[in-house]
Amino acid sequence: MLAEFGQVVLVLALLVAALQALLPIAGAQRGLAPWMAVARPAAYAQLVLVLGAFAILTAAFVGQDFSLRYVAENSNSLLPWYYRYTAVWGAHEGSLLLWALILALWTGAVARFSRRLPPQVVARVLGVMGLVSFGFLAFLIFTSNPFARLLPAAVEGHDLNPLLQDPGMIVHPPMLYLGYVGFSVPFAFAIAALLGGDVDARWLRWTRPWTNIAWAFLTAGIALGSWWAYYELGWGGWWFWDPVENASFMPWLAGTALLHSQAVSEKRGSFVGWTLLLAIAAFSLSLLGTFLVRSGVLTSVHAFAADPSRGLFILIFLGIVIGGSLLLYALRAPGFEGHDPETDDPRSRFAPMSRETLLLVNNLLLASACAMVLLGTLYPLLADALELGKISVGPPYFALLFTLLMAPLVLLVPFGPLTRWQREQASRPMALLLPWLGVALVLGIAAFVLAPRGQWKVAAGVAGAAWVAFGTLRFAWQRLRSPGGRMSAEMLGMILAHLGIAVFLVGALLVEGLGQQRELALAPGQQVELGKHAFRFDGVEERQGPNYVSGLGTVTVLRDDRAIATLHPEKRRYASGGQVMTEGAIDAGLARDLYVALGEDLGDGSWALRVYTRPFVRWIWLGAALMALGGLVTATDRRFRRDAAHREPRATA
Amino acid sequence: MHPTRKRRLLLILALVVAAGIATTLVALALQRNVAYLYTPSEVLAGEAGDQARFRLGGMVADGSFERANGSMRARFVVDDGDARLPVVYEGILPDLFRENQAVVATGSMRDGTFVAEQVLAKHDENYMPKEVADKMGEAHRKHDVPAQPGAADAP
Repeated sequence: MLAEFGQVVLVLALLVAALQALLPIAGAQRGLAPWMAVARPAAYAQLVLVLGAFAILTAAFVGQDFSLRYVAENSNSLLPWYYRYTAVWGAHEGSLLLWALILALWTGAVARFSRRLPPQVVARVLGVMGLVSFGFLAFLIFTSNPFARLLPAAVEGHDLNPLLQDPGMIVHPPMLYLGYVGFSVPFAFAIAALLGGDVDARWLRWTRPWTNIAWAFLTAGIALGSWWAYYELGWGGWWFWDPVENASFMPWLAGTALLHSQAVSEKRGSFVGWTLLLAIAAFSLSLLGTFLVRSGVLTSVHAFAADPSRGLFILIFLGIVIGGSLLLYALRAPGFEGHDPETDDPRSRFAPMSRETLLLVNNLLLASACAMVLLGTLYPLLADALELGKISVGPPYFALLFTLLMAPLVLLVPFGPLTRWQREQASRPMALLLPWLGVALVLGIAAFVLAPRGQWKVAAGVAGAAWVAFGTLRFAWQRLRSPGGRMSAEMLGMILAHLGIAVFLVGALLVEGLGQQRELALAPGQQVELGKHAFRFDGVEERQGPNYVSGLGTVTVLRDDRAIATLHPEKRRYASGGQVMTEGAIDAGLARDLYVALGEDLGDGSWALRVYTRPFVRWIWLGAALMALGGLVTATDRRFRRDAAHREPRATA
Repeated sequence: MHPTRKRRLLLILALVVAAGIATTLVALALQRNVAYLYTPSEVLAGEAGDQARFRLGGMVADGSFERANGSMRARFVVDDGDARLPVVYEGILPDLFRENQAVVATGSMRDGTFVAEQVLAKHDENYMPKEVADKMGEAHRKHDVPAQPGAADAP
């Protein structure tokens, strides 16, 4: 009965979304205040309804209602209680509902925090978000209904995919979706601006914290996914250039470009058309990411079983959203300011040597990287459609081109903050940074000489990280020393995020250069040497888990013949379905991880084992955490709020 | 020429050159890192040609898996219903590797045997890689495995 109620609630949400999309946008075009006033209450009503549907589905999981197909397929009476909550988004239907819920949350937040914007803008922004929500709710209801009944009801559930029975599942998808869906706010703003035919610096200022927060969540979501893949898959790697990873990485690249371009548009009035295009691109790529993951068109560790009608629906939806926005952009954007620099706002002019140029290069590099990832990800689909054969694009393609594109960006990072807007003497920032370039080079050469292996990568990692870190700190110091030097939250956020790049570079390049691994057969008592560490295999014994039987291995790690860690890698066989899962065991540290994964039983008591050393691997996620923190800190800048308060009398007048 | 026009022309030229270099680089990188998927019958028919590295897709033949005690070196046969190809692999096999299940191996041919560097099995018990399913639609019927991904699950 409750499930049918959930269904009704979902249909109501769909109707409210239609209302929220149609009336306010039409009202804003015609200047009808009562129609525009529908937007806010509709946004709140939608939030309540979708939240209700989500709560009902959660209740079905917690109460183990196996008469629901979705619950029966993704739960089991042996499933521990905490995974019953996260199993809600363990497969296609529920994760779409989570998508819709997060969109409703963002919409509600926009409704709540947009009181000082002109009513037409609010009506259009909420209307566009309602349109997106309508598409997703229709997709849910017509092709992937989570409340579909299973008749007769199953006696026992099929169980949640064991790969997803992990704490990573609790936080990774919600974080990622908060980021993905958060880009709907700048997107809706861009569409609203195009519909209204006017971009105001004040509205641009208003969207900046939203983009920053969405970007911070996306950064955290991707980093959590990478960390989860690292400890769960047992392959010792942290990034595989898998299509689904790429799907989340493309909006991140576009979003990073958007952050920087938005800052220029807001402060200098240039790049306005480009900013709008990036806002459209970031959200379109989020939708494309959802399409790639959900339709199962690509072979990937994440791909869910495919249903052609779903793929077609998303494709049409994608076509309408992306095609419609780009068409609107093509029709309206040329009318915007910033296209003829001779007659334009004098603020927006800039010389070839200026901060604007540096940010333009930043945007070009990030956009190229994004296009490169898009091409590599879609190339197999394209080749398949053109009957060129079934192909896959290997990670070296992405790794090589990404490194080529990001190297100049790393080189330019410290210059950005130290270079003035509009016009700059090239010698000034050069003079400030040259000593630090020297220090970075010396450190890089030292690393090259000292590194036991992977010299080039280690040297590049150390030099790049030192350059970015010292260059960024140089800016912070100059800022604090200057008369009346105050550090705004925006600057602090920028410094944190740029330091995050430095920390990330240490992790990414040093783990590549210095990491070691062996895959071998070991009998109990035997040991293997890896660098300074020896791993002794002490055998495997059987243990009973809540819904699995585990082969629990014991590996003792020795250094200079002294035991420094005991690791317990596991091989689990789940009771339902008999799936086998590998659980790696890690001795984590800031300077290195020691990682052991069990392979298979090779008979006569010996086992196949994977042992890895992963120096500085934690720095990768630490760097990402710093970047995410930077995004959040920037969003708290008082300028974004003060300006809103200062604008109030005008909006209500 | 008007100085602004000249500057614009130079800018456009620079952009064209940059785009040209980028396209060449991307094309080269793609060409080197693309791996085609073939089934055993295609390989035996010479369709893989002299490609150094490619992917082999098919079913692990029933009863073909062998490995000496205490050794990591595994041998098995990949079958697409029409032809069979022996595979050797030294390393840890994925958790879902089983006989009578789909498998995709990356590697190269050496003396009539496919030497695999990497072996991927299905993601879970009811997921079959779409490209393998497409390629082997015919072969699956011969093996009594439904071609439709998602339906291959019979506990």
